[in-house]
Amino acid sequence: MEIPKEEYILRCTSACAGCSASLALRYVLKACGPDIALVVPACCTSVIQGIYPNTAFNVPVYNIAFASAAACASGMIAGFRKQKKNTKVVVFAGDGGTVDIGIQAMSGAFERGTDFLYICYDNEAYGNTGMQRSGATPLGAATTTTPAGKNEWKKDLDRIVEAHNPPYLATACSAYPKDLFNKVKKALSIKGPKFIHILAPCPPGWRYPTEKSVEIGKLAVKSGVWVLYEREYGKLTINGPSKAAIIKPSPLSDYIKMQGRFKTAEAEQISKMEQRILANQNRLALEEKGIC
Amino acid sequence: MNEDILAISRPVKGATGKTGSWRVFKPVIDREACNQCGNCSMFCPDGVISEDTVVDLEFCKGCGICANECPKGAIKMEREDK
Repeated sequence: MEIPKEEYILRCTSACAGCSASLALRYVLKACGPDIALVVPACCTSVIQGIYPNTAFNVPVYNIAFASAAACASGMIAGFRKQKKNTKVVVFAGDGGTVDIGIQAMSGAFERGTDFLYICYDNEAYGNTGMQRSGATPLGAATTTTPAGKNEWKKDLDRIVEAHNPPYLATACSAYPKDLFNKVKKALSIKGPKFIHILAPCPPGWRYPTEKSVEIGKLAVKSGVWVLYEREYGKLTINGPSKAAIIKPSPLSDYIKMQGRFKTAEAEQISKMEQRILANQNRLALEEKGIC
Repeated sequence: MNEDILAISRPVKGATGKTGSWRVFKPVIDREACNQCGNCSMFCPDGVISEDTVVDLEFCKGCGICANECPKGAIKMEREDK
């Protein structure tokens, strides 16, 4: 599919240099086209738009409180459909607004079958307030509230959403923008609640140089930390880069060593992570083959 | 209803100022080595590199992703003189 040249973000947002969430948003908006309404709860994206009365976003945006993004989208959809408008409603929420604070509104909207697309871009902490631990922070990662590294696992959001049986669920990564674009296009062609989970590496938060954003995203997929897959009406398809990673993964240490946030991670935690990556890949590979 | 009095933000270029002033290193493209693959403009988080690989230095924040992702190594990050 050809990616349109049209940009829906005017130069320039105030996102940090090398921000992969704004890279992801560029492609999400390209895939959505002009007839959308974006719902943004408190997250980096609500900060980078600019200061009233100016905004860098050339699409309608509704900024809403942390807990209510999906509820707001449900109401908007009801309003648009009543007016016989086909405007698409897309929620663009961070991991804090999805995994922790926004989860009940999101669960409700999925249960009601709201015809919308929920996108969670995941930088694995509360980025815009200065990198506090969130439910999406992985084991061993240091944040400002877990300076010695987090002791708990990352919450498996995709399996929580999967339990709602949505017609479309996908994972994506900002380092694969074409793949992300195609997934958003496909999601919007389906009626009902759709979910896309994007891994978005964050240079200041993950403590790596700004130019490595895309490289780290690719390493996350190649090492199996992040698995790219789609679930259409429950049927699982693992995407190309992750299929290659299951057959021949690159070492997890390549991914870990590039980031300052894993400096305090213990060897035991890293070997636990390796085991969990393997178990996760096996589970998905077996499911795709139809074995379990 | 008069839309002008609604308290909503309106899209403008430069809504957050000239972000090019943040830059410490600027991307310099070697035209001889460049094969126009388009990786730099595809991976630019702010979309400031046009399709014919011209960088908008008014807004480029100097992150260096373009230089890191260039398969030909045709982009060098050079320190801005202050």
